[in-house]
Amino acid sequence: MADISFLLNGETVQITDVAPTETLLDWLRETRGLTGTKEGCNEGDCGACTVMVTDDSGARALNACILFLPQLHGRAVRTVEGIASPDGELHPVQEAMVTHHGSQCGFCTPGFIVSMATGHLNGRTDHDDQLAGNLCRCTGYAPIIRAAEAAEGADVPAWMHDPAPAVDAGSDDQCFLPHSTDALAAWYADNPGGTLIAGATDVGLWVTKSLRELAPVAFLNGVADLRQIDITDNTITIGAAVTMAELLPVLRDHYPSYAELARRYGSDQVRQAATIGGNIANGSPIGDNPPALIALGATLRLRKGAARREMPLEDFFIDYGKQDRAPGEFVEAIVIPRVPDRLKCYKLSKRFDQDISAVCGCFNLTVTDATVTRARIAFGGMAGIPKRATQVETALIGQPWTEATVAAAQAQFAADFTPLSDMRASAAYRLETASAMLMRYFAEDQGAATDVLAVTP
Amino acid sequence: MSVAKPLPHDAARLHVTGAARYIDDIPTPANALHLAFGVSDVAHGTVTSCDLDAVRSAPGVVAVLTAKDLPHENDVSPSVHDEPLLSTGDVHYVGQPIFLVAATSHLAARKAVRRARIEITEKPAILSIDAAMAANSRFEDGPRIYAKGDAASAIANAPYVTEGSFHIGGQEHFYLEGQSALAMPQEGGDMIVHSSSQHPTEIQHKVAEALGRPMNAVRVEVRRMGGGFGGKESQGNALAVACAIVADRTGRPTKMRYDRDDDMVITGKRHDFRIDYRVGTDAEGRIQGIDFLQLCRCGWAQDLSLPVADRAMLHADNAYHLPHVRIESHRLKTNTQSATAFRGFGGPQGMIGIERVMDHIAHALGRDPLEVRRVNYYRPAAGASGGSISAKMKPQTTPYHMPVEDFILHEMTDRLVETSDYTARQAAVAQWNAENTVLKKGIALTPVKFGISFTLTHLNQAGALVHVYQDGSIHMNHGGTEMGQGLFQKVAQVAANRFGVDVDRVKITATDTAKVPNTSATAASSGSDLNGMAVKAACDTIRDRLAGFVAERFQTDADAVRFAGGHVHVGGEALRFDEVIKDAYMNRISLSATGFYKTPKIVWDRIKGTGRPFFYFAYGAAATEVVIDTLTGENRILRADILHDCGASLNPALDIGQIEGAYVQGAGWLTTEELVWDGAGRLTTHAPSTYKIPACSDRPDIFNVALWEGENREETIYRSKAVGEPPLMLGISAFMALSNAAAACGANYPDLQAPATAEAVLQAVKRARGG
Repeated sequence: MADISFLLNGETVQITDVAPTETLLDWLRETRGLTGTKEGCNEGDCGACTVMVTDDSGARALNACILFLPQLHGRAVRTVEGIASPDGELHPVQEAMVTHHGSQCGFCTPGFIVSMATGHLNGRTDHDDQLAGNLCRCTGYAPIIRAAEAAEGADVPAWMHDPAPAVDAGSDDQCFLPHSTDALAAWYADNPGGTLIAGATDVGLWVTKSLRELAPVAFLNGVADLRQIDITDNTITIGAAVTMAELLPVLRDHYPSYAELARRYGSDQVRQAATIGGNIANGSPIGDNPPALIALGATLRLRKGAARREMPLEDFFIDYGKQDRAPGEFVEAIVIPRVPDRLKCYKLSKRFDQDISAVCGCFNLTVTDATVTRARIAFGGMAGIPKRATQVETALIGQPWTEATVAAAQAQFAADFTPLSDMRASAAYRLETASAMLMRYFAEDQGAATDVLAVTP
Repeated sequence: MSVAKPLPHDAARLHVTGAARYIDDIPTPANALHLAFGVSDVAHGTVTSCDLDAVRSAPGVVAVLTAKDLPHENDVSPSVHDEPLLSTGDVHYVGQPIFLVAATSHLAARKAVRRARIEITEKPAILSIDAAMAANSRFEDGPRIYAKGDAASAIANAPYVTEGSFHIGGQEHFYLEGQSALAMPQEGGDMIVHSSSQHPTEIQHKVAEALGRPMNAVRVEVRRMGGGFGGKESQGNALAVACAIVADRTGRPTKMRYDRDDDMVITGKRHDFRIDYRVGTDAEGRIQGIDFLQLCRCGWAQDLSLPVADRAMLHADNAYHLPHVRIESHRLKTNTQSATAFRGFGGPQGMIGIERVMDHIAHALGRDPLEVRRVNYYRPAAGASGGSISAKMKPQTTPYHMPVEDFILHEMTDRLVETSDYTARQAAVAQWNAENTVLKKGIALTPVKFGISFTLTHLNQAGALVHVYQDGSIHMNHGGTEMGQGLFQKVAQVAANRFGVDVDRVKITATDTAKVPNTSATAASSGSDLNGMAVKAACDTIRDRLAGFVAERFQTDADAVRFAGGHVHVGGEALRFDEVIKDAYMNRISLSATGFYKTPKIVWDRIKGTGRPFFYFAYGAAATEVVIDTLTGENRILRADILHDCGASLNPALDIGQIEGAYVQGAGWLTTEELVWDGAGRLTTHAPSTYKIPACSDRPDIFNVALWEGENREETIYRSKAVGEPPLMLGISAFMALSNAAAACGANYPDLQAPATAEAVLQAVKRARGG
């Protein structure tokens, strides 16, 4: 249990003995009677429960359904009830949503309002990205975007600026809120059966859908030194608790195709919570970071107590559900080499935004004097783990960079992968498109238009 | 005039501030109970043991009920009493409720459910259309057949014959607010039920049956739903009945809401179909004769499947005159969720069937798909621009022998072709495709003609209750429910108009079975048509009384009294409305009235397939441009141009909102929204993580929506037309544009199947190439 404190719509809230996995959504609705925040899916996919959370790194939109109360300690929360002024004056995005007919049934609307107000506060105008995590079934989104655009120029109302309260938590071994990696390492070594909770975009569902009781737990969001990005001449070192939202601008600078993959990773609400360490540590075969990182030749740094070890990322994934991680050991950082950018990442999913990949293929080929000299190709969704296409790589290396070489290498996909059929795609389609992605890489290299998202009407 | 104004939704301010109240937001007393169902994990079988001891002893559990604990009717079916609330021993789909837990919290109930130990002996499950046909597993004795002329001979004599088979996937409603209900026990065994339902009277009826009491003991209230789309026409029955039973038994307020995964697993969806077709045409693609086989997967219980399948047959023509036609419809019973109403109610499936035929004919004959569509259009309406009036122009009839008297798609198509720059863009698409190898564009324009009225004729009635209080404020109530479509605002505009006052004077109140009884579901796009007219009738009754009262004062004729601008105009004077009301009250004039409306002209024999099932048709047309990736099948909509017919719109802003939303929902149905069941009959797409409705960026980059300037030739409320369902089928243009893009990849017909997921598009590309 922990004693925590945060600001709620501008007022200080203190909770003692908070249950570690009580969600903010349930607490708002059931304990506080703040029912403006809605439950639409209880898994972070629909955005009806979006709240704005502010700390010293800024204001972000998060899904309250998979946000645990201890994660809020020392932060400020603003719900839809706090978006209008205390005396009832509407926020510019609220006015615009009324004027532009942006609500119909109204159930998704509070979540949209909070996402829009957060984007407005942050000066964001990439509305499709800002709102990708808010589903609306009534409007077809057009009037919502018209409203968002109409509100762009309005001043941010004064009441929207939340200070982050500086307070100390009372935590214990059952619900641990560490401030340093060292403290976390010590706790985890002592509690190897515990659960580490970073963004809770995955662990949250263990609670809301699998109805699991988790204890003991440690929350990582207060561990400042686990949230650093260190860029040198040769490497980019990313702390495990760096969120996907924090990583995105760094990727844009260095590996823009990876950045585009990350832009489509979950939604803004998910990226603001999800961490790169979590996406690796959970060992999912369909996480989007590992294929890109493996293709880049990234190294994983693990830590247990004071001991650290490093390994090529692909070696971490042993089998489905099995990683090379000892009890009490955790992902501390990922180290990406800085190499000339030849990386292309292809995410194939039923929907472009906020969908889990059916196939995620990442290609990093070096072509020197028209010959393939180096190839690192990795896939998600094609096996029980994120996996390199070693046979394909072998078929490419040393060959002329031609369509014939590509065609010959394509035959090797079946040697590398035996994918499964599921609700996202059939096995045959997975194999076929994985192979087609190599052809896309080649065609793109030759200057052909290959991206439907880049086509304009 | 309040009507025709683009006023915002009446609850817009409540929506944006989070103050709009849904069922789960209603404050409940501290002793409220919360329910959850324990469901079958087997598609077909018999429950051989049901050990619920661990459920009973779970924290917070107050009661656990099985079928034998139910005091009266164990049925939540909206049709033929074939849908027990709780299984009586056999289970018929994965997700069928077997037992019910009442606990002190929603979470406690959900957790307790998982402690059940239920053993089920499995029986063979019928999951697919093919399996159901093979087993002759169906509703009704045999297929329904509607026919006109002699299709077989016409096809045999036609110079060109095209045939094919087309699968159309279902669709999850994905209303953002899940199913929910709250029952509040009253004195003497009465019950008040708050339900997220499109059909309060049905809730009242089923709750009364379950409690063994007359309907007058049950009052159902619905202020709003967080989306319905047909999914709350019958699917809320189970929750409301369960709450009422527990509330009655324990004397405690009882609430139930489905977790999203439970909602998707338990409740019905849009029917999936296979449509086989064989069509004979001339060289221009003009249809001589056509034969449709419609195979409809209805799931385990009948629910509303018969009228759904009927409506699919009734839209097998869409906008096209079929001189010789035969439509054979099989309503197949399978061990899956009981498919239910969903915006369009079978119409979309029937319509995309004939649109697919048009697409196929055009490809087979090497003709432009839009030209093939146009040569098959019904004759223009007499008097409509573009159509000359002569004896020869007698209306053509539908496959169910109804004359099409109001056909305006010739003019609408001309206009849309012009405003969307369709012809030039078709050429530009061809040019772009010649220059691109990996990506291909496609473009298509498709029409919509949708029949308006419930095909169950008696449902076409509505009631209203209007009070004017002594301060001049107006309280309006009717049988329609608000699910986001803006019905309440439209009808309030009607009421304001009748009294010549500002719409702010009209209080919109929750639908309540104690105020207006015996209502029909808010469905079939009928909300404004029916309730608008009923409210008009109620208002006019009061208005006539007021006019008579004022006229007498001024020694003039009641006909000379006008209501406008917040005043009552009489004898050259303008009296303030509220003062007239106060005066009327003091003079003992009744200021309350009911109103009633029934749709005229309709008559329908659903067995013979003849008559006039529809009062009128609503029309629309859409042109969509798409791009596909021929390597992966990934695709997206680039641009959509829509022209839609709302008659004389009651509220253009709300109507455009319906059209935009419906188009995106229709396009979603036919593209990313794929329902997948595994081999054991388990739905594997039961959450938004796996079932993908359109997201923000999936709407067309360019999205132009315009209303056709016209008015309903029939006497509807202010000559408007229904708008709820028809524009959903504008999304068919997106599917046909994808087919067009796939066809650009090779010489063969791409035979694109729905939904056109990336995987389906890639298969179509390969078929086009002959692979």
